Amino acid sequence: MRYLPLNDADRARMLDAVGVGSVEDLFRDVPSEVPPGPVFDLPDHQGEMAVEQAFNAFAVKNLSPSCAPTFLGAGAYRHHIPAAVDALIQRGEFLTSYTPYQPEISQGTLQALFEFQTQVCLLTGMEVANASMYDAATACAEAALMAARVTRRKKVLISGSVHPHYVDVILTETGFTGISCERLAPDPMGIEDLVGRVDDDLACVLVQTPGFFGRLSDFTALAAQCHAMGVLLVVAVAEPVSLGALMPPGEMGADIVVVDGSSLGMPLSFGGPGVGLFATREKYMRNMPGRLVGETLDVDGRRGWVLTLSTREQHIRREKATSNICTNSGLCALAFSIHLALLGEDGFTKLAEVNHKAAAALAKRLSAVKGVKPLSGPFFNEFAVVLDKPAAPVVEALAAKGILGGVPVSRFYPQFPELENLMLVTATETNGDADFDALVAALTEVLR
Amino acid sequence: MTEVHVFPSAPAGTVSGNRGLTVEEPLLFEMGGEAGCGVDLPEPRDVPDHLTGFARKGRIGLPGLSEPQVVRHYTRLSQKNYSIDAGFYPLGSCTMKYNPRLNEKVARTTGLGDLHPMQPVSTVQGALEAIDAMAAWLLGLTGMAGVAMSPAAGAHGELCGVMAIRAAQEAKGNPRKIILVPESAHGTNPATAALCGYSVVAIPATAEGRVDIAALKAKLSDDVAGLMLTNPNTCGLFEREVREIADLVHAAGAFFYMDGANFNALIGRVKIADLGADAMHINLHKTFSTPHGGGGPGAGPTVFSQALAPFAPLPFVRRGDDGFELVETRAQAGADAHPFGRMKGFHGQFGVMLRALAYAMSLGKDGFRQASGDAVLNANYLLARLKDVLSAPFEGPCMHEALFDDGFLKDTGVTTLDLAKALIDEGYHPMTMYFPLVVHGALLMEPTETESKQTLDAFIDTVRALAAKAKAGEADFFHAAPRLTPRRRLDETLAARKPVLRWAPPKAE
Repeated sequence: MRYLPLNDADRARMLDAVGVGSVEDLFRDVPSEVPPGPVFDLPDHQGEMAVEQAFNAFAVKNLSPSCAPTFLGAGAYRHHIPAAVDALIQRGEFLTSYTPYQPEISQGTLQALFEFQTQVCLLTGMEVANASMYDAATACAEAALMAARVTRRKKVLISGSVHPHYVDVILTETGFTGISCERLAPDPMGIEDLVGRVDDDLACVLVQTPGFFGRLSDFTALAAQCHAMGVLLVVAVAEPVSLGALMPPGEMGADIVVVDGSSLGMPLSFGGPGVGLFATREKYMRNMPGRLVGETLDVDGRRGWVLTLSTREQHIRREKATSNICTNSGLCALAFSIHLALLGEDGFTKLAEVNHKAAAALAKRLSAVKGVKPLSGPFFNEFAVVLDKPAAPVVEALAAKGILGGVPVSRFYPQFPELENLMLVTATETNGDADFDALVAALTEVLR
Repeated sequence: MTEVHVFPSAPAGTVSGNRGLTVEEPLLFEMGGEAGCGVDLPEPRDVPDHLTGFARKGRIGLPGLSEPQVVRHYTRLSQKNYSIDAGFYPLGSCTMKYNPRLNEKVARTTGLGDLHPMQPVSTVQGALEAIDAMAAWLLGLTGMAGVAMSPAAGAHGELCGVMAIRAAQEAKGNPRKIILVPESAHGTNPATAALCGYSVVAIPATAEGRVDIAALKAKLSDDVAGLMLTNPNTCGLFEREVREIADLVHAAGAFFYMDGANFNALIGRVKIADLGADAMHINLHKTFSTPHGGGGPGAGPTVFSQALAPFAPLPFVRRGDDGFELVETRAQAGADAHPFGRMKGFHGQFGVMLRALAYAMSLGKDGFRQASGDAVLNANYLLARLKDVLSAPFEGPCMHEALFDDGFLKDTGVTTLDLAKALIDEGYHPMTMYFPLVVHGALLMEPTETESKQTLDAFIDTVRALAAKAKAGEADFFHAAPRLTPRRRLDETLAARKPVLRWAPPKAE
């Protein structure tokens, strides 16, 4: 077996040193009630070639977005990843290192995460950021728990523009903590009144921009009302590329900002692994969940980095910890950071402009297709269209033509028949004019 | 604008502070980049924008660097990291085994790595088949009835398991109040129980490092919702009484959560179902060889007994008449399923599942049996060859990790931490230190099955020589360690007292 270095001669000598006759003797504490030698109805080992062939066989049963015009978003956005990103994250020193608990031999990871934390602060307009969470959905749940700790209140108000998976995860992860969440109905038109609902018994209000239906919002007035009532404003961002063009949530007055980082650096990979970005105000730093990298000095007075403020964390505080999180998304955070480093200020803002204008151009073209009506209102790189028939079968018909044309809202909200004809459409820098032509032609045909 | 970055005078004896292959590297923000860009992008389409009133006004403040500058920056950073590729990592309870490159290759297959999570289910049948295949491996290896594939890491899997326990207790009419956790447990166990609204009651260990059955019996009551027990436990020992423990827990109407962090000792030899467990998470980034990545991503799929399986969270893959179905909503789940909710956006750590599947297929059931055998043999070999110079608090055999305490350092002026830092200079990643808490100054070593006898012998010789040095009164040698690393001991108190968590531009003079 290619991954196992011991040979039988080694094993014999080692058993001798241990003073037992066989490896089985080392398992003598496994009680006799446990059936010895259980039967595993599983195949035996295989060589690399056979495994690769099996994976190719899985792959050919899928429609690859690399080979099809793709307009899917709904919280996961397809962007081109520079080749250097994957090459760098596959360096064994990054890929195969553990969490940087031994700072003297982990300065590479620690410095990279310190840079990541800085980038997250700059993008969101916030003061401090952690070293990453699993994804935006779990980070939203952590934000709600944190807001409850900070305010000592137990109620959370969630906008109908927040990604439904984020909401489901918040409801699940806070479900047994005594926190009650009010989830507003899906709000594709952007008409809900949040300011009027802010009350002094709320821990936080959770909103998202661009919203799940693509709509942009300015939460400045909401933030003012929240702060007047002692409520924290949590702003989620599903598409970080939007931060290259839009006012950062920190400028609007957000207290916690959560971003899904998977747009940058990492392949879509069917939705995971990704990375959650988590930023807040300095005054709430000690209530943050997750790992934090901080600057310090070594005994020779040289600058270096360590994991810090760990008295918030489970390995020290156990049941009183701010979160149970341990392993997070270090390598995805690194990939995000490298991609952003390659883009830089000019590249990142240009990428945002290219995305927005691609979507603007596509919306214009789709509005000319009979049976397609884009919802009005400002958007970034994703917008909702109302079709003149249910969206799910339309999406299936497009897929049959080799086009991944959009996401039917009904897949997330089957209990809302009034959303049945709504489809989310995204355009990014990856969509050329040929993609647009193909979608317009196919939609025209499907809706005829 | 390029400014010369001056480093504090370095003990390297060079004018630059660099030391051969180890080069001082500024932060991205200090590299003088402003207008550069490492990516060539298409031009924006010539249409008006829709951002009026929502547009960013100021600069973000990101540096602009070319591709070679960025590649060199991260390459230099990488050279300041220890890694399993480069050396032995006997980090107890972390299972730092070799991460096969085949896993990385197949996860990047076009048609798998590039799939969008919201493609029509008809266009991702191969992906769902792969998830189902991985689930079949986990069920086959554990003998359990169901599995939740979506948890993102070990602690997330624990949360999944305890939430299922809570949901099952609520379905029986009373969530109950307490989760029992042994003293030797990982910190995530009590943190998880607290997140599920339970109070945590600790169970003491016996003098031989296992659960005290009498104490367990005394704490069991109809207020107890479940027990969380790591097995093999964090002392590296198999809980011999595990069946009796499971029976006692079940008789009290509670559930048995087995923490699977140490599954590497048992895989391919013992079915978890035969131990009486109701739930167990499996760290794919430990037992199934997916890379740890400097702190993730991992995955923590959680297997369930018949009693808990109906409560597994959304989403899940189901075999249907027309191929694989992806069950994403309660409405789709049907009357027999009572999912307690959703733990993650989309469908879980698909990329990690693919890597783990490649590993499972490569090892096969024969390879798993050999791997757990070699892992346990390697640990016992360390224990046998070190116990005369270190101090082993418990009788062997151990399972896949060997525990020592700091008795052998008594009156030497050298601590467990000092010894660990000296090991760094010798080219090794230290063992887990000061955990578990049940022994003084713990040193927990987990060699895994992917280390050769030659590597273990060299490590053993080094540890023996260091122990002799400590006992010979050379405490200063240890206090000064490490000397040869990119940075020497770092001031963690300073970092916590005056937290600097981000770079900020230097203030104008």
